[in-house]
Amino acid sequence: MSPSYLLTGGRVVDPASGRDEIADVAISNGLIEDAGSVAHPDAETIDVSGHIVCPGFVDLHTHLREPGREDEETIASGSAAAAAGGYTAICAMPNTDPVADTASIVEKVWALGRETGLVEVVPAGALTKGLLGERMSDIGEMHRCSAGVRLFTDDGKGVQDALMVRRLMEYIAGFGAVYAEHCEVESLARGGHMHEGERSLALGLAGIPAAAEELMVVRDIALARLTGCRLHILHVSTTGAIEAIREAKRDGLVVTTEATPHHFTLTDSALEGYDPRAKVNPPLREEADRLAVIEGLVDGTIDAIATDHAPHAREEKDQELTQAPPGLIGLETAFALAMTELVAPGHLSLSTVIERLSTAPARILGLEAHGGPLEPGRPANLTVVDPEAEWVVDPDAFRSLSTNTPFAGRRVTGRVLHTFYYGRATVLNGEVRGTVSV
Amino acid sequence: MIKHLLSMDQLDRDQIDTILETAQSLRQVTDRRMKKLPTLRGRTVCNLFYEASTRTRISFEVAAKRLSADVINFTADAKSSVAKGESLKDTAWTLEAMGVDVIVLRHWASGAAQQLSEWVAASVVNAGDGQHEHPTQALLDLYSMREHFKDLEGLKVAIVGDILHSRVARSNVKGLVTMGAEVVLVGPPTLVPKLPGADVQPDFDSVIGEVDVCYLLRVQKERQADQFFPTNREYAAMWGLNARRAARMKPHALIMHPGPMNRGVEIAADVSESPKSIIVEQVANGVAVRMSLLYLMLGSENGEGMQ
Repeated sequence: MSPSYLLTGGRVVDPASGRDEIADVAISNGLIEDAGSVAHPDAETIDVSGHIVCPGFVDLHTHLREPGREDEETIASGSAAAAAGGYTAICAMPNTDPVADTASIVEKVWALGRETGLVEVVPAGALTKGLLGERMSDIGEMHRCSAGVRLFTDDGKGVQDALMVRRLMEYIAGFGAVYAEHCEVESLARGGHMHEGERSLALGLAGIPAAAEELMVVRDIALARLTGCRLHILHVSTTGAIEAIREAKRDGLVVTTEATPHHFTLTDSALEGYDPRAKVNPPLREEADRLAVIEGLVDGTIDAIATDHAPHAREEKDQELTQAPPGLIGLETAFALAMTELVAPGHLSLSTVIERLSTAPARILGLEAHGGPLEPGRPANLTVVDPEAEWVVDPDAFRSLSTNTPFAGRRVTGRVLHTFYYGRATVLNGEVRGTVSV
Repeated sequence: MIKHLLSMDQLDRDQIDTILETAQSLRQVTDRRMKKLPTLRGRTVCNLFYEASTRTRISFEVAAKRLSADVINFTADAKSSVAKGESLKDTAWTLEAMGVDVIVLRHWASGAAQQLSEWVAASVVNAGDGQHEHPTQALLDLYSMREHFKDLEGLKVAIVGDILHSRVARSNVKGLVTMGAEVVLVGPPTLVPKLPGADVQPDFDSVIGEVDVCYLLRVQKERQADQFFPTNREYAAMWGLNARRAARMKPHALIMHPGPMNRGVEIAADVSESPKSIIVEQVANGVAVRMSLLYLMLGSENGEGMQ
């Protein structure tokens, strides 16, 4: 038996049902209950007036680093960071060491997630053995095992060979799973440290052209059309790639995509001081691309906001920019950046941002227990946020084991107060409540 | 003056003037029999070199010694702590703990000098960082041009070769544009990007007769291997400075090269030794310009440097 809660006076924003109203929400036995009809004598009452009650966030793109780099992040620390960020489910990328390309590894990740019990850890499986792009990984077995993998990707790189992609898409389509691509043509991107443009030229850094991403997006759309496979484009970042996806959707193709908070917040100007924390892949692009990402989020071309949370050890980022690995952490800043960069300037409504952070990614991953609707009888996976709280990003206060963020010291608006995972308070007043087993 | 010299972006026309004028007076010292000044006695300059370099390292060493500084040379080679995996940051901290006042850094990574300047209290001089900048080379080149032309305003300079990968080109374009010169970039279209303030002209023959300075860049061997142009032979035919092209230059025009040269590729052997060539002067001027810079940077800490 888990404790009961009564959240009173909050504004319930539930994109799945279209609800947006002031209402009490009752939680009992892991489920949402009707606050009006049931008496809750032993329920803990939490006054959430002035705050938002919404479905828990779902991250399509998290690197947990376990197994292999437990100094950078573990499933437990990443789960705590996710809960603190308002998440109730995260999709763990397979580029671990060893690579998650067999049922035994995805089952292990899934089991460790359950043992931690702070969020649903949904393992993604590798498309190809060792992420080498040469031989299929054990896709059927990963799909069939207890982890029930529904999204396959070689994230960190794209599958370069078009015939390999075709075979993978045909095979995956047979299981009704999702083919997710990190779109980057290696021959064009190799050796690049940032977006190719005037800034890379001035900084003397080899660049990654937008075309390296756009070519693969266009190729994958053509192959998804050929094979009928569900395609998800990871961390889209260029104007041309977004336009190609917009057109494919207009044609009725089932393709989805995501964008990261750093791609709607920053541009390649963040590299001007050679700050390795701003080195990320795909790279921070130009202002026109940043605006195209926002436009894509506004018109729905971009379905979801995903973090691409990529922890790195301090010593790896504390070196020459050209030597530092790409990636930055995002679980504990995603909501605030969305509020600050998308809602406050009036690009997106609060409800749409929650849809992009929760409802849409839950649908893409097929997670029925997440993303709302917040109705009686549904699993109580929900988050309470203060949309107006201002705070300054302090990586030392993160639950993540890593601190590599270019947002350190940035003033942001919007804070996660409470997170409920299957009715348990994983976060109360911003504090993660230990490790609970499910 | 400035605490660090990382990029030519930091210097305006007045500051460049001061560095070049100070270099001119220091040049007289180097022509004396007794070549030493006591200015930097008790100060320590460390040449921290992550890339092989002969002329730049020796030039900085001579410059520092003529100002009576103590000089440490640290080359990150197979026998050093760097080969044992020590990071740039830790290496810099180690040097700083030993009381180094200036770190002269040559590094293969673009931005290394800037990053280093954020990690240490010492002054940092960028002696070439990856494909980014080589500001003291640009300063000595400006000095060398000014010895012949007095005023750089309106001077027409062609920089020829692999602009894309060249830190010398980036720094020189910035310095020349600051001083009011007109810069045209010449070379294979794959290697000549549009840098701010400069024109681009792939056809060498259309500019050779008009320029006051023809500045040639070294063509790295791997550029042909990576197919930026078909062959060294074609490069030499299209963008090499041979006797036929040199003969079309204006009478007073100069030939410059930062070295080391690939004779027969970007420059014909006889052309490099022609009266128009000031390639050897560039090397000699390098010492005076680096003395000037160290003098002004360290002097300013004592309140006696330039404003």
